[in-house]
Amino acid sequence: MAPKDIDRRTILKSCGVLAMSVAAVGQPGRAEAQVQVAPQLGPPSIATRLTVNGQEVAFDLDARTTLLDVLREHLDLTGTKKGCDQGQCGACTVHVNGRRVNSCLTLAAMHDGDTVTTIEGLASPSGLHPLQRAFIERDGFQCGYCTPGQIMAAAAMLEEARRGAPSHATADLTAVLSLTDAEISERMSGNICRCAAYPNIVAAIRDAAEGGAA
Amino acid sequence: MRAFSYERAASPAAAAKAVAERPGARFIAGGTNLLDLMKLGIETPTHLVDVNRIGLDAIAPTSDGGLRIGALVRNADLAADPRIRRDYGVLARALLAGASGQLRNRATTAGNLLQRTRCPYFYETAMPCNKRRPGSGCAALEGFSRSNAVLGASDACIATHPSDMAVAMRALDARVETVSPDGSSRTVPIADLHRLPGDEPAQETVLQQGELITAVALPPPIQGLHLYRKVRERASYAFATVSLAAVLVRGRDGQVETGRFAFGGLAHKPWRVEAAEREVARGPAAVSDLVLAGARTTSHNAFKPTLARRLLAAAMAEAAKE
Repeated sequence: MAPKDIDRRTILKSCGVLAMSVAAVGQPGRAEAQVQVAPQLGPPSIATRLTVNGQEVAFDLDARTTLLDVLREHLDLTGTKKGCDQGQCGACTVHVNGRRVNSCLTLAAMHDGDTVTTIEGLASPSGLHPLQRAFIERDGFQCGYCTPGQIMAAAAMLEEARRGAPSHATADLTAVLSLTDAEISERMSGNICRCAAYPNIVAAIRDAAEGGAA
Repeated sequence: MRAFSYERAASPAAAAKAVAERPGARFIAGGTNLLDLMKLGIETPTHLVDVNRIGLDAIAPTSDGGLRIGALVRNADLAADPRIRRDYGVLARALLAGASGQLRNRATTAGNLLQRTRCPYFYETAMPCNKRRPGSGCAALEGFSRSNAVLGASDACIATHPSDMAVAMRALDARVETVSPDGSSRTVPIADLHRLPGDEPAQETVLQQGELITAVALPPPIQGLHLYRKVRERASYAFATVSLAAVLVRGRDGQVETGRFAFGGLAHKPWRVEAAEREVARGPAAVSDLVLAGARTTSHNAFKPTLARRLLAAAMAEAAKE
């Protein structure tokens, strides 16, 4: 490996023990990743199949492995972030069967047969997702750490709103929903931004909603 | 996280049996509370029985005109159901006041009822907690107790139950249906599901090891004003400091004729005093006096009875002006 190819993640991986095996047709998102097969230690492994960003993957996993850790550590899909690891910050938000969830608070084994979309799978081959474009145009971030979770949450949230699902900010539970800024803020409250880019995040989501995005 | 074994249950009966067979086994459905507690070493199950693929995920009419909510109906789906929004507004409102969009997509009806307290000393494993380590003491009694109970508490525990949904279900007189490992089923009124802490705060419900909640049945709808008011430390995504689920019916004179009032944030279970509701014609103060009889506060949560009174008075005033 040439020195320029050594990054923080490679070093961390070579130091850690990955007690897992992966049989993947292809690596979703990162074509170059080769997942090593290490001897199985500890508790019995659980066979789990997922479809991640359109590709089928099969694992034998320690039952403790969260969906978040499978994505980041085993599939190298590091766009999904580990913020608090306890469901409070939303940085780990992905879509499971089209619904937004905190990937840190669910075991991978609980998702056998499920379809997962991460930030790496959101854009189409032809270009950025409209929410990604809107976040850039509206400057909806500073450090960017929460951004993948914000965008994944927003994409699913807009679909929920399109279906007419109410929120805590909805005055009339049976009326047609109007996606006001107050509605957007309430529906995005599961995603924390320590840089407090909230006004621009709301503006970006409003732009994408008005453009019929997501 | 401590190591555990894991299996996927194929049916409610199989799940109940699997958990009953191992003392350290637990059901896992949404997992949003259990996994958090496992990461912190507060919950240490030796075996998890995944109940996500056993059905129990429908909302169906009952023969008496009510609704039966499957145990695995996700909080988001329950809140968005047109029948719940139209006929059980207090329940939709309570659900939407809780957690975040992501968590409501995973959290289930049964799991919401069975979530553990958010008492800071339950979460701090270095501190005594009779709920987490029976017999170790209660650090909250002399500690930071702003969030803790003022009613029905004991010298062993002043924790509160954190659910919003359960408070609305208490106001609606929901019935909790279960299946036991021997295959028998029973129905528990929601008023009886959660225990007061007494001297055994680790025993939070009347359910036995392996007894699985299969559904929550709602009685026929009550016409009237459905309210859920939640006071919390920030505008969204925070547990209740005090909350009130109310269903209010006005008489011909425009005054509130009947009212149901269930409170969250006050006790180890949703707090409702039916005898107090019979005094509704005498006004909010008379009702509150009975709801809050026997309240015992700490220096940190002495504001809670006053807050509860104001929530109840505001709800009655809102009903009168509707």
